[in-house]
Amino acid sequence: MQKLLLLGDEAIAQGAIDAGISGIYAYPGTPSTEITEYVHASKEAKQKGIVASWTANEKTSAEAALGMSYAGKRAMVCMKHVGLNVAADPFINSSVTGANGGLIFVVADDPSMHSSQNEQDSRFFGKFAMIPILEPSNQQEAYDMVHYGFDLSEKFKIPVMLRITTRLAHSRSGVVRKPSREQNQNKLPENLRQFVLLPAIARKQYKDLLNNQPAFEKDSHNSGYNKYIDGKDKSMGIIACGLAYNYLMENYPDRVVPYPVLKLSQYPTPTELIRKIYNECDKILVLEDGYPIVEELLKGALSLGKEIKGRLDGSVPRDGELNPTIVAKALGMKVPDVKPIPELVAGRPPSLCKGCPHIDSFVALNEALEKWAKGRVFSDIGCYTLSALPPYESINTCVDMGASITMAKGAADAGMFPAVAVIGDSTFTHSGITGLLDAVNDKSNITVIILDNATTGMTGGQPSAALDKIEAICKGVGVEEDHIRVLKPLKKHHEENLAIMKEELEYNGVSVIIPRRECIQTLNKRMREKFKEKAKN
Amino acid sequence: MKKDIILAGVGGQGILSIAAIIGYAALEDGLHLKQAEVHGMSQRGGDVQSHLRISDKEIASDLIAYSSADMIISVEPMESLRYLPFLKHDGWIITNTKPFINIVNYPDEAKVLAEIKKQPHNVAIDAETIASDLGSAKAANMVILGAASPYLDIDFEKLKNAIKAIFGKKGQDVVDLNINALESGRKFAQQSKQ
Ligand SMILES: Cc1ncc(C[n+]2csc(CCOP(=O)(O)OP(=O)(O)O)c2C)c(N)n1
Ligand code: SF4
Repeated sequence: MQKLLLLGDEAIAQGAIDAGISGIYAYPGTPSTEITEYVHASKEAKQKGIVASWTANEKTSAEAALGMSYAGKRAMVCMKHVGLNVAADPFINSSVTGANGGLIFVVADDPSMHSSQNEQDSRFFGKFAMIPILEPSNQQEAYDMVHYGFDLSEKFKIPVMLRITTRLAHSRSGVVRKPSREQNQNKLPENLRQFVLLPAIARKQYKDLLNNQPAFEKDSHNSGYNKYIDGKDKSMGIIACGLAYNYLMENYPDRVVPYPVLKLSQYPTPTELIRKIYNECDKILVLEDGYPIVEELLKGALSLGKEIKGRLDGSVPRDGELNPTIVAKALGMKVPDVKPIPELVAGRPPSLCKGCPHIDSFVALNEALEKWAKGRVFSDIGCYTLSALPPYESINTCVDMGASITMAKGAADAGMFPAVAVIGDSTFTHSGITGLLDAVNDKSNITVIILDNATTGMTGGQPSAALDKIEAICKGVGVEEDHIRVLKPLKKHHEENLAIMKEELEYNGVSVIIPRRECIQTLNKRMREKFKEKAKN
Repeated sequence: MKKDIILAGVGGQGILSIAAIIGYAALEDGLHLKQAEVHGMSQRGGDVQSHLRISDKEIASDLIAYSSADMIISVEPMESLRYLPFLKHDGWIITNTKPFINIVNYPDEAKVLAEIKKQPHNVAIDAETIASDLGSAKAANMVILGAASPYLDIDFEKLKNAIKAIFGKKGQDVVDLNINALESGRKFAQQSKQ
C-alpha cells in the first residue's frame, strides 16, 4: 500500500478512521489538536458518517465517547495532558465501568512545555486508572496502535490510553495503511448494570479490574510492542520507552546497540522482560520522555539493588524532553563541541498578532486600572495570556482553564478591590460558567471581561462553543442585565470602551464586559476562502 | 545519502512551504523522511524551527543531534544564528537577509550580517527583493530554497516538479513565479560560490 506522509497526530486520526471508529470527541489543546482536525477534514470520515465533535471541554468529550462505547460503537477522545485533569473523573471511573465498544483516550503530553503550563506525565494517570497504556515510538506505530488499542479495549472491555508527546504528535513520517474495517453495530452492554457505579456494583466491577491486571500485563509481554533485543556488552542494560528508543538508535548509525535493550511501548510494565534485563546486566539506564516512572519503579524507595541510571541520578536532565544529544551523553559517548549562539541573538517570544482585538481590550483595561496599584487582574489561558508580556503586562495570573473568574472571586472575598477576571470566549464555556454562577450566588464584587473573538484562537481557530451565546448564558446564570456590557474593541471606540470599563469596575457586584471582535487570523482565513469561492464561480 | 536540515524563521513566515517542496521531491526520489514541526504557541510571531531529515536509509530520531545538521535554511537572518549549535562545523548556513522585526531589542542588522559572514560556508541572499523583481515578494521562500539547492543532493528537476505538484492548484502563473524564484536563488548561490 502507498505511504502517506503524516504527523503523528494525523497517523492516529487515519488509524482511527481505518480501525472503524464511529466518533471522535475533543477539546483542542496543543499538541493533540491535529488529530480531530484531520478527521474533521477527511472526506472519507464524512462518507463513513463518523461523528467528529469539538465539545465544550475534555470532560464532556470523555463522557460522550464513553456513551458511544456504551452503545457498542468504537470511540476515540483526544486531549492534551492537562485536559486529562479536567476529564479525570470520567477517565478514572470509566476504568471501573469498563467499555463496551472500543474506547481509546489519546493523551498528548508536552515535555519541555512548548505550549503548556506544566509537563505532567499521563502515564501516571494511566497507571492510576490501572488500564493498558500504549506509547508509540514512531508514526507507524502510532497508526498501528490505534487498531491494536481498539482490539485490546474490546477484548478486555476496558478503555485504553494512547500516550504521545509533542515531538511525535508534530513530526511527519511515512505511514503505511492497513485495510479499513467496518464500524460496530449498536449493541447494548451484556450486563445492563455494568455502567451503574453504585457501591455494591462498583465493588464488583473494581474487583474485575484488579483481576484483569495480570492479563493486561501478559498482553504487554506478548503484543510485540515490548521487545527485548540482546546485546553482547552486559555492563549495562537500557530500557527505552516510546520515542526514546529512536534517540537511542540514532546514536548507533548501524542500528546495533552493544548493550541489551528493552524497547518499552506498552504498559503495565512487563515484569518478566524487566527481570530479564535486570538480571543479565550490571546496571540499567532508563530513557523515558516525561517523569522518571519506570526508573522509580526499578529503583524502589531505598535503591537497594543494582545501579539505575536516568533522570534521578542526573545521567539525564531531571526535566524537559529528550533528544539524541542528551541520550548520547547518558550513554557516556563523547559529544562534539557545539558552535555557540552569537550573543547578539535576541529572544523572540510569541506575541499577539497585529490587529488582534485583544490588544485594544488590554490597552483600555490598563488605562481603566491606572488609578489602582498593579496586580489585580486574574487571567486565563488563550492568546490573551500573551498580554502578560511587554508592552502590555496587563495580567497577573494564568493557572488552569476557568481559574480567572474563580480566583478573582476568592480575592474579592478576601477584600481585594477591584478584582478583575479576563477570560476568552472558548475558555468561558470550557470552565468559566460554573465559576460565574458561584460569584453571582455570593454577590462577589468582581468584573469579568469575556474576550469574545468568536474562536478558539490559541490552538489555531477551532469553533467556539460560546458563539452567539455569551449574553444569554450570563443572564441565565443570573448576572444583572444592566451589567452585561458589550463593546467593540477598536481604537476608534477607545474612549467609549474606557468609560464602560471604569463604570463596571466601580459597580459593587458581578459585572460582565464582553469586548467582541473576530480574531484577525480566522477573519483573514474566511476572507481568503470567500475569495477562492468567488474565483471558482 | 543523508541530509539533516534545520529550517528556521518566525511564526507565520511559512517555513513549512520550503519543507513541503523538499519533502515532496525526496519522496519522489524514494528517500526516507522525518520532519519535526512547531505548532502551537510559538506560531504567534515567535521563533520557529523545523528539523527536516532525509536519508536513503531508515531514519531513527525525529530531532537532529547537536553539531550534526548539514545546513540551516533560514527565512530570517537573526533566526539563522539561533540554531548554530545544531550545525556541523563544516555545515552551510543559507539565509534571507531581510530582517523580520517584531521585537524592540532586535540587534543591529549589519552586526547580524557580519555574524553570518563569519560562518565558513554561508549564502546570504536578499530573497524579498529578488522575488519582488520577479513579480511577488511571496515567492521569497522559493528564492531561498533555490539558494540552498546546490547543497541539497536532490535533483533540481525534482524540486521543480515538486513546485508544479504543490502549487499546481493555484494556476500556471503561480507555478511559473515560484520556479523562476527557485532558479534565481540557485543562480545567486552558484555565482557567489565562484
Ligand atoms: C484543560 C486545558 N485544555 C486545553 C488547553 C489548551 N488551550 C489553551 S488556550 C486554549 C484556547 C482558548 O481559547 P479562547 O479562550 O477563546 O481564547 P483565544 O485563544 O481565542 O484568545 C486552549 C484550547 C489547556 N491549556 N488546558
Ligand atoms: S490568533 Fe487571533 S486571537 Fe490569537 S493573537 Fe492572533 S488575532 Fe489575536
